[in-house]
Amino acid sequence: MSALLFEGADWSFDTIQRIHDRVEEIALGEMKLEVYPNQIEIITAEQMLDGYAASGMPINYSHWSFGKRFVQHEGHYRKGFQDLAYEIVINSSPCISYVMEGNTALMQTLVIAHAAFGHNHFFRNNTLFKEWTDATGILDYLQFAKTYIAHCEETYGERAVESLLDAAHALMSHGVHRSPRRRKTDFRTEQARAAERRAHDEKIYNELWQTLPAGMPKTVMRSPEERLADLLELPQENILYFLEKTAPRLAPWQRELLRIVRLLAQYFHPQRQTKVMNEGTATYVHYKIMNRLHECGNITDGAFLEFLGSHTNVVFQPGFDDRRFGAINPYALGFAMMTDLERICVKPTEEDRDWFPQLAGCNDPVNALKDIWANYRDESFISQFLSPRVMRDWRMFQLVDDPKEPTLRVEAIHDERGYRRLRRAFAREYDLGHTDPQIEVVSVDLEGDRRLILQHSVRDGRLLAGRDAGEVLGYLADLWGYPVLLREVDEHGNGLREHTAEPRQRSA
Amino acid sequence: MYVIDRRLNPSGKSLPNRQRFLRRAGKILREAVRNLSSSRPIREIGDAGVVIIPARGIEEPSFHTGGDGAHSRVLPGNKEFLEGDRIARQSGSGSGRGKGSGSNAGGGGGGEDEFKVALSAEEFLNLFLEDLELPDLERRKLSLTDSTGLRRAGYQRGGSPANLALTRTMRNALSRRMALKRPKPEEIERARQAATDAELGDDEEQSEALRAELEALELRTRSIPYIDPIDIRYRRFEPSPRPIAQAVMFCVMDVSGSMTEHMKDIAKRFFMLLYVFLERRYKQVEIVFIRHTDEAREVDEKTFFESRETGGTRVSSALKETLRIIEERYPVADWNIYIAQASDGDNESGDSEKSLALMREGLLPLSQYFAYLEVDEPHSDSPMSTLWKTYAHLDPGPTMRRVTSRQEIYPVFRELFKRRADAEASS
Repeated sequence: MSALLFEGADWSFDTIQRIHDRVEEIALGEMKLEVYPNQIEIITAEQMLDGYAASGMPINYSHWSFGKRFVQHEGHYRKGFQDLAYEIVINSSPCISYVMEGNTALMQTLVIAHAAFGHNHFFRNNTLFKEWTDATGILDYLQFAKTYIAHCEETYGERAVESLLDAAHALMSHGVHRSPRRRKTDFRTEQARAAERRAHDEKIYNELWQTLPAGMPKTVMRSPEERLADLLELPQENILYFLEKTAPRLAPWQRELLRIVRLLAQYFHPQRQTKVMNEGTATYVHYKIMNRLHECGNITDGAFLEFLGSHTNVVFQPGFDDRRFGAINPYALGFAMMTDLERICVKPTEEDRDWFPQLAGCNDPVNALKDIWANYRDESFISQFLSPRVMRDWRMFQLVDDPKEPTLRVEAIHDERGYRRLRRAFAREYDLGHTDPQIEVVSVDLEGDRRLILQHSVRDGRLLAGRDAGEVLGYLADLWGYPVLLREVDEHGNGLREHTAEPRQRSA
Repeated sequence: MYVIDRRLNPSGKSLPNRQRFLRRAGKILREAVRNLSSSRPIREIGDAGVVIIPARGIEEPSFHTGGDGAHSRVLPGNKEFLEGDRIARQSGSGSGRGKGSGSNAGGGGGGEDEFKVALSAEEFLNLFLEDLELPDLERRKLSLTDSTGLRRAGYQRGGSPANLALTRTMRNALSRRMALKRPKPEEIERARQAATDAELGDDEEQSEALRAELEALELRTRSIPYIDPIDIRYRRFEPSPRPIAQAVMFCVMDVSGSMTEHMKDIAKRFFMLLYVFLERRYKQVEIVFIRHTDEAREVDEKTFFESRETGGTRVSSALKETLRIIEERYPVADWNIYIAQASDGDNESGDSEKSLALMREGLLPLSQYFAYLEVDEPHSDSPMSTLWKTYAHLDPGPTMRRVTSRQEIYPVFRELFKRRADAEASS
């Protein structure tokens, strides 16, 4: 076991195989991770740029926005503003990890530990991914989408497809079901249930009941609004779903395109909710594995130092007043929280026993973490497991910017009085339900001009950015085919602002 | 586990999407190209380059909250703050902070306002021309002064030995020999061998027959020659007009005080267009810059456009200088000569006759094309200028147009060339 896996920076396919096998021994044998089968693909820098542009997917349909992303990354890369990531990993089965040809052997080891085992375990076990994404089907679906859209372009013209996709992309952030809903009953079970009902009716049939005088007809008094809401499944937060199912003027291929965009949005939705956890898991796993490799003498001291160098870069978090500060680094936060949880499991302090009685001193950090990885998302993870120690180490504080006040206000800092409030506020920043504006389709004016009515439930007076909202609404009106009205309503039901849009003349 | 080497997969997967993006960004990109091209030297107009376009035009909108309302943000790195501290708003930072938490992820890299696009030379030129709506220009035929040259044109039966087409001759010979069934050397050798063998044997009759056969073969060989005069071919040459592959472009401009920057800008655009146009047509294009006040001088491009001089305006000086340079350096037999003159139309009185003579006898017959561009401030409707009136006397005269704004350049340019093409078609 103490054989060196590689020496120097060069690697070959044999080296990669050896590295993978050894890392697998540690990850599956010692840490007991569960992963999808791995597929490691070696790519060039240019292919990495392609990957960036297509949101990391190996295949994707054609659209100018991907070209825009490509130009952007290409420009940055050429000028040296931006290093390329060492890897891209795809939530699919087999789990595909792209690694760059230019990486050193040590980097390849790191990437395999990070992506092929860390991310892979997370994809396979986290409940959000399990519930919302179909890892085995995604690549086939993308292939279908690509072919289907190319076919539509041939049949209906590139312009028509492009304008539809523009509209769909604009609504993509509101094309997901945020909470699990009732599954559609499929037709076979539906038939079985109908037969059962009939059998039951026959069994309890008795002539005698026919002789009873008929009472008043029992009709449920339902207002037309209620009937409409039932019929259209209103209110509906998934705008793309609503349009796909009910927009009156769309052709079947247009509905299918909306569906494709919507399903992809849904596929990426768990990733948006688990950035900190996903990266934290992968970073934690690679840190464990690399240390273990070093302990076992599988990598040299020099290589280990190289690893520590890049690991430190990855988990670097500058303070708010640092010139380099942009936002919270999810790698750093996830890693800090998870290593701290490990510490709590193994060497708890009195404070930890108060805060995490169920974890403190349990001495089984790997299982505790695996349970967390499986069952939480960023928001719930932070709101339950951000320890006072991490808040202190990071010297966190909460700053409130309320336009009603002349100054900014420090709401809470990392002290006894502030921990809980700080943590609650911090968790809310990771709650998409809080950060994304909540917009729902609430009604359709079927008796009038078929106007579609949406409502934005405004929180803390945060209105929509007007210009963008107007443009998106224009797209929405195009898809709906009739005028659209968006009301912004505050917590008390007072209307704050209204946006309207008319459909632009369209050929389709 | 599989390791797959994707490095050899076809590259450029993003190129179609990139093209789509360029098309989509077309309008703002053209604008950026136009701005950039005005700052470039004429000769580099068609080079690759990086253009910067504002991100506003190619945004992907989405529903997101703006800067209104209350925001809260948890930040790391507290050094001195205590709960309840008040911090003065930095100008602009309040809304900026708020935006960070809820802005759209698709907008691209955190508040980036501009966007750099690296364009290849071809893309750049296409966009430049597109801006001028110059689609069919390449296809339009220009008249050329051709010097005649000899051109290979098939084969002929007679000619000088130097032009003997050996391969063709041998081919003809071979096919003739095959058609006439000239015996091959091996066949004769075989027959001779058989005849000798038979002679050694005792079958007299057979020996005789074989000998006769051999003789027949030899006779046939002699009567069908290896090469016959009718096989011989010579390369044929035909005199044909040969386009001159090089052109010289004279940019003549009045730089007297009455020419404003605006006018020079218009002139520069016109010169640029002409350069692009010629460059696509000829292998080599040289540019000569001649500027004049009351005397003319050949200068480099920078001086031509940038430095300013005072003095009167005597057009004939520039015409004379042009003529001198043509005679000195650009013999008409080897060069296509294009002259583009830009001026505000002022000319000294008394200079008209001289200019007319120079044009009529010198420049017009020598040049392919003489364009006179009269530039003026927008919305000015000054009466016919002196120079215009002078040139109007000429028949055939230079093609003349009056331009007051940048947008007019292309239509004018097209018209100048169209007229020429039409005239050619009718003649």
